Amino acid sequence: MADITNQSLNEIIENVKTKKVSSTELIKAYVKNIESAKKLNAFVTTTFDQALDKAKQFDNKPNFDQLLPGIPLAVKDLFCTENTKTTAGSNILNNFIPSYESTVTKNLWNHGSFLLGKLNCDEFAMGSSNETSHYGNVINPVGDQLVPGGSSGGSSSALAADLTPATIGTDTGGSIRQPASFTGTVGLKPTYGLCSRWGIVAFASSLDQAGPMTKTIKDCAIMLEAMSGFDEKDSTSINKKKEQYSKNLKDNIKGLKIGIPKEYRVDNMPKEVDELWEKGKKILKDLGAQLIDISLPHTKYALPTYYIVAPAEASSNLARYDGVRYGYRSKQGKDLIEMYEKTRSEGFGDEVKRRILIGTYVLSSGYYDAYYLKAQKVRQLIKKDFDDSFKKIDAILTPSTPSSAFKIGEKTNDPVSMYLNDIFTVPVNLAGLPALSMPAGVDKQGHPLGLQLIGKALDEQKILNIGYAFEKNCGFKNKIKKWWS
Amino acid sequence: MSKEKFDYFIKGEKEKYEVVIGLEVHAQVLSKSKLFSGSSTKFGADPNNQVSLIDSAFPGMLPVINEECVKQAVRTGLGLNAKINNYSVFDRKNYFYADLPQGYQISQYKNPIVGEGKVLLDMPYGSKEIGIERLHLEQDAGKSIHDMDPSNTYVDLNRSGIALMEIVSKPDLRSPDEVNAYIKKLRSIMRYLGTCDGNMQEGSLRADVNVSVRKEGDKNFGTRCEIKNVNSIKFMQMAIEYEAARQVELIENGKEIDQETRLFDIKKNETRSMRSKEDAHDYRYFPDPDLLPLKLEQKLIDDLKKSLPELPDKKKERFIKEYGLNAYEANVLVSEKEISDYYEEVAKLSDKKLAATWMMGDLFAMLNDKGLDISKSPVSAKHFAELVQAIKSGEISGRIAKEVFEIMLETGDNPKKIIESKGLKQQSDPKELEKMINEILAKNKDKVDQYKSGKEKLFGFFVGQVMKSSGGKANPQLTNEILKKLLKG
Repeated sequence: MADITNQSLNEIIENVKTKKVSSTELIKAYVKNIESAKKLNAFVTTTFDQALDKAKQFDNKPNFDQLLPGIPLAVKDLFCTENTKTTAGSNILNNFIPSYESTVTKNLWNHGSFLLGKLNCDEFAMGSSNETSHYGNVINPVGDQLVPGGSSGGSSSALAADLTPATIGTDTGGSIRQPASFTGTVGLKPTYGLCSRWGIVAFASSLDQAGPMTKTIKDCAIMLEAMSGFDEKDSTSINKKKEQYSKNLKDNIKGLKIGIPKEYRVDNMPKEVDELWEKGKKILKDLGAQLIDISLPHTKYALPTYYIVAPAEASSNLARYDGVRYGYRSKQGKDLIEMYEKTRSEGFGDEVKRRILIGTYVLSSGYYDAYYLKAQKVRQLIKKDFDDSFKKIDAILTPSTPSSAFKIGEKTNDPVSMYLNDIFTVPVNLAGLPALSMPAGVDKQGHPLGLQLIGKALDEQKILNIGYAFEKNCGFKNKIKKWWS
Repeated sequence: MSKEKFDYFIKGEKEKYEVVIGLEVHAQVLSKSKLFSGSSTKFGADPNNQVSLIDSAFPGMLPVINEECVKQAVRTGLGLNAKINNYSVFDRKNYFYADLPQGYQISQYKNPIVGEGKVLLDMPYGSKEIGIERLHLEQDAGKSIHDMDPSNTYVDLNRSGIALMEIVSKPDLRSPDEVNAYIKKLRSIMRYLGTCDGNMQEGSLRADVNVSVRKEGDKNFGTRCEIKNVNSIKFMQMAIEYEAARQVELIENGKEIDQETRLFDIKKNETRSMRSKEDAHDYRYFPDPDLLPLKLEQKLIDDLKKSLPELPDKKKERFIKEYGLNAYEANVLVSEKEISDYYEEVAKLSDKKLAATWMMGDLFAMLNDKGLDISKSPVSAKHFAELVQAIKSGEISGRIAKEVFEIMLETGDNPKKIIESKGLKQQSDPKELEKMINEILAKNKDKVDQYKSGKEKLFGFFVGQVMKSSGGKANPQLTNEILKKLLKG
């Protein structure tokens, strides 16, 4: 049969179910792709032998009633995987092999899939270009000079390059949606609390959320259904009935009210992004949706608020990496304090250090009220903006990012311009809402651009439906030439 | 109860100083598992055998609140007559140490689970109310062991994550005696409630002691020093005495007291500076984003309140009213729940007042001697009640009772059996006694004459003769009566 790896997850599942392809054949096809795509540097660890065993087991005793029957999946290296090294893109965890499996990955395996490998990411998910990883930067399959976005850059790259049929990432400020936008793929950040955080290396606990990254909306619905669910081991997990997102996927969006926030038209935004937004509006309007101008007045404070809250939490979350119980420990250091200092100096990269410093600063006595406390107040206002708007609309349409994928090295010396790339994605994390980035077109260089759909809390089904209808009518096709093989 | 006057002051060369003390008591919550993990809290396990991935802060691990610990804190708050807060928040207290795996301790900072309350102390100079500022829940740290190896420090994380209640008093204490009474009262209340075993040897109860001094009559507080982590009442008292004297000396020499954290050195009996205010940690408290604010429904609080056992203050009132005890007796008998239970069992079966006297006398002396808790008493409440009843009914005298009690201890027999088998029953038949006394008087005619001519001191001699002749079994009261009657005639 033709190359199965360029099919969607849903198509592959159908082919497995109808026995057109076995799980073992699937594995072999992906292994071949991965081995020829080392230039992309998308993988930190591969688990081929283990995957092949699982595939054989599946083929011997297949269960086709599962959501992900015999499907190999590579996942971001932020998810702890039992007996498989988990680095979080950091030197400080370069030898860390968890004895436990994160709830989200366990959910995926329980639906019939298994691990293909661990995907590169920005160190501790701090970055927007996958250039902060200790394991080297990842390259965007779209072009050999381009970043794949971040922090789930290994995930977006592997997905777009057909190295995994679908994948999962984590999104603290845009780390799923921005890389999806940069690679012409679909990425969903679910409502905060929909997917368990248990077993995911923490960056900023009140913002972190795992989500699917896929080629199509349907795939996204399948993955979300498999990975989400209440977990009593996570106190912030939402206790609600599981939904059947893929079964309930509908493309009729007639009468839905789509909010268009005026604050998302920023200065110096490339014309193409604006044009793409217009195109998106038109498609939705033609499908019978009603466009409504809305205002989210506190949007401009979202980025500074995010860059206080996230580093504050990170500075505390990363305190456990001290070289005492696991992970990297410096061989130097004459006493406890010196051992800490050397371990953390050698173990963490610059961006992580920068954020630990910022976080420590904003929580310090004398600065706490002016920074952290104020940021928490602004966060409430940002959330209220959304709450107020959602009284009269069903979803919000915005661009996913202010530009397409930028060049490797272009922003590494200018953290602020790097941070600005998250301008459309961070408000959603601060408000805990679900948001989808879907491919919508290309800029004049032919680089993909995405549009973002933001929903009410727990309204994943609705934004998936809108995305599904949009996808059918947008006509976007990812044209990636396999230049690396 | 003697009405003494409070007079604990430190006398300097020039002035008299009052000592002001506030305590932060750390009480280990009695619970099967830790505050945020399922690990066991049992004391004495091998090092690092009760440590979960959460307690050792592995990547991606998340805390989940143990509801039983929350209930225990609420019970304790209710026992301290305190306000229970329906809304409280867990915060992270950030600092680095080898026995603190997370790099932060989960504690409660601005919004504790329990607010202001009070504790009543019975002091020789009357009852005194000590204010409670707050009670909050927090995690214990692990233990660093520095003396197992000359060059390495070992860490035991068994304690890491165990729930503690930090109970902060107002600066209302004024002497080591009051501190003693306060700790004992707290301990008693928590043991009644079953919320803390109060075992100071195992570290279940320890305190940070804040001490300042001021000239007698001054309204303003002096600068305080905090003495960290003292684990016995005796050491607290010693530390306070040393620290107060040190501060007075500084003041009298015209020096300033630095607000600082100090350590109490048991061997040298002195406090030493640990870190000054300038070196104080910046703990960077902020709400723990892994945990939602703790919201308690009023119904839960009300239900817990209804299910509280009778506490020492209430029980003391009842003992006074119901059993006719005086305040001192009631106080002693309610100090421990087990003692009060024992007393009530004895009192049910015997004379209530006499039971109190004998328990506080011979029984306590014996337990003290043997170093036993009342729950381990070799004499059961039932047997003890029989003994008290035998005294009350006149079957045996107090003196014989002591003898019987000794035999009870040795043999475990019931008093009735001992009295009968040893023939210790008191002679209370007036006719027989009169006969015996007449014989004695007849033998001592000369003494009788002397008595009658005014040498009344000889009465004791006659009593002695009666006791001697009866082998101590003559009913003393009856003996007196009969003797008086016959000597008159």
